[in-house]
Amino acid sequence: MHQHPKQYLKDAAVVDNSWQLVAAESESLPAGDILVPVNYWQANQQQLADHSGNVGVWIDSHEEIEEFAGSIAALPVIAINFPKFVDGRGFSVARLLRERYGYIGEIRAVGQFIRDQLFMMQRCGFNAFQFDSEIDLAAACKSLNDFSDAYQVAVDQPEPLFKRHR
Amino acid sequence: MYIYDQYDQKIVDERVEQYRDQTKRYLDGQISDEEFLPLRLQNGLYVQRLAPMLRIAVPYGLMSSRQVRKIAAISRTYDKGYVHFTTRQNIQLNWPVLEEVPDILAELASVEMHAIQTSGNCIRNTTTDQFAGVASDEIEDPRPWCEIIRQWSTLHPEFAFLPRKFKIAVCGSEEDRAAFLLHDIGLQLVKNDRGETGFHVYVGGGLGRTPVIASSIREFLPKEHLLTYLDAILRVYNRYGNRDNKYKARIKILVRAWTPEVFAKRVEAEWEHLKDGPATLNGSEIERVKSFFTAPDYLSVDSAAVDAELQSQAAEHKAFSRWLDRNVRAQKQSGYASITLSLKPAGVAPGDVTDRQLDIIADLADRYSFGEIRTTHNQNIVLADVLKTELFELWQQAKEAGLATPNIGTINDMICCPGGDYCSLANAKSIPVAEAIQRKFDDLDYVYDLGDLELNISGCMNACGHHHIGHIGILGVDKKGEEWYQIQLGGSANKDAALGKVLGRSLSRDAVVDSIEKLLDVYVENRLDQESFLNTYQRIGIEKFKERVYAPAS
Ligand code: SF4
Repeated sequence: MHQHPKQYLKDAAVVDNSWQLVAAESESLPAGDILVPVNYWQANQQQLADHSGNVGVWIDSHEEIEEFAGSIAALPVIAINFPKFVDGRGFSVARLLRERYGYIGEIRAVGQFIRDQLFMMQRCGFNAFQFDSEIDLAAACKSLNDFSDAYQVAVDQPEPLFKRHR
Repeated sequence: MYIYDQYDQKIVDERVEQYRDQTKRYLDGQISDEEFLPLRLQNGLYVQRLAPMLRIAVPYGLMSSRQVRKIAAISRTYDKGYVHFTTRQNIQLNWPVLEEVPDILAELASVEMHAIQTSGNCIRNTTTDQFAGVASDEIEDPRPWCEIIRQWSTLHPEFAFLPRKFKIAVCGSEEDRAAFLLHDIGLQLVKNDRGETGFHVYVGGGLGRTPVIASSIREFLPKEHLLTYLDAILRVYNRYGNRDNKYKARIKILVRAWTPEVFAKRVEAEWEHLKDGPATLNGSEIERVKSFFTAPDYLSVDSAAVDAELQSQAAEHKAFSRWLDRNVRAQKQSGYASITLSLKPAGVAPGDVTDRQLDIIADLADRYSFGEIRTTHNQNIVLADVLKTELFELWQQAKEAGLATPNIGTINDMICCPGGDYCSLANAKSIPVAEAIQRKFDDLDYVYDLGDLELNISGCMNACGHHHIGHIGILGVDKKGEEWYQIQLGGSANKDAALGKVLGRSLSRDAVVDSIEKLLDVYVENRLDQESFLNTYQRIGIEKFKERVYAPAS
């Protein structure tokens, strides 16, 4: 995971990034806005309450969000890591956060996902994309609009196509 | 058949443009090989031993004559003038050029076709019975349900990157012609005691390295809940399927590890949240989709007179009579029949047809079967709804086109994967084995006397040729760099689904045909009355067959 790229995509625009990602094995916390591993957050909530900047968490794709979803609902940012871009678990995690736990903050994809997944990721509830590699963010933004409609119910469209158009 | 509305068309068109852009960025070096791999696979493009291979979706095996003509034209313009029909009722082009694939996809989209999700770790083409809508043992036509599943699975945002490929089959009849128990999800249409339609849901079937017959997880799922229940199964699989080892990644491994009972509980728990949600089907959508699969305008015919006429034609023409026996099937509408065009004449790779034959198939469909064509998982073509009075004429034309080999259901109607001639994963060639068998058993009287016999050949453990479920299965294996073959006996894809047992040590290619002959001898010597090969095997067991094949040469 890239810990602190300068820019990322949020709500279909290129924006500056103030958040630093804290790796699982990291021993100290940087100042400013931070995204800490969710288990670190669970274990150190008291201490994090005194942190100078804003605090969010990041979740790995294998984690059981049922175990902590309730406790992170008020955080401003939840990042979901893609250890490999073909690891599709993050898609389900994002939907659960939005649809089952009603999370309304920023859901940020971090890690190895690729531009060509953006349309589907956004459908699953991601609204922010922090790429590991240096890519043309403005160009990548176009992939959010690969399709103008879709059959299924998802976060961006709570009614299936057959109930909207047929 | 289903006809696209503006929304269906737009989604397919936009997919073409998306893929065109992806191909361009790949060729410009903006997408790496590793990243492009799943992108092209999700659009059916493999890179094979000799050239790329493009797999085109034929949703549940149904095509119009217009679509078949388009495939013929594509194979002429972009390929070598022939195509291959697969065991998943799809079509493969063996020699397309990567740069031209977007244009091929655009051509396909112009006739409401695509290659979406024909490969890759996503939900694949849903398959069903080739006799849907005309089978006399049908509980309900499965095709509207397949179409509803097609739309739901097309570009599903959550399930495009599953642990492994995912296959669904729907069975709508008493007899199973869709091998639905050998799919990741097998759906059997059933009625409850109030006469309402629902699905008996099975999960975790499949062939490949670890063949498994699916387990029942729900006996009656009311029809309106189909999609939310599928969402629940897929979500559980997407989250908990093994992603570390591709040989352990199919849902069958998860079902087995958890047990079907626990798996069912997890699905039900997930479904609790989704049940009655917005994806629940409503009557008007079900009726809308069903309205595309209505019966054609059948004529009423004097069945007795037609049958008498057929009998006299059969008496006069031995070859026609053989074709009637093997390639023609009664259907529930009297006066009509379903015929199978054989894509297995000796000397041609099973399932291969030329562009010219495709055009002829389209013409035959326009003339005799309301313009509809069905592909089968046995790699043949079915024309349904043929007036019995026109069978003789149809047979003559099919014969001239090389499509009337009267071998359906016989040993020569084998299922055979592309094998070592095309596929880079193969351990051994499969097409030459098929051909050697067809050449050996060319005496039709002998072949008919053997009766129904399914012989399936796969070039490796991936089992694309379904060798586990052949009455006789042949599997290519690698022995110190040489091509050898293992024989299995007793597999079956029907309701009594069974997996074949290995006969013994593997054989050289030369020995395969002789060994098959010995197996058939044992059958002929031991059968009772009309007993089939499979039934004889089930009664007498594997030993006698084994002894004969491995007996020291005398
Ligand atoms: S069974 Fe093996 S050899 Fe045959 S097509 Fe499948 S992967 Fe290739």
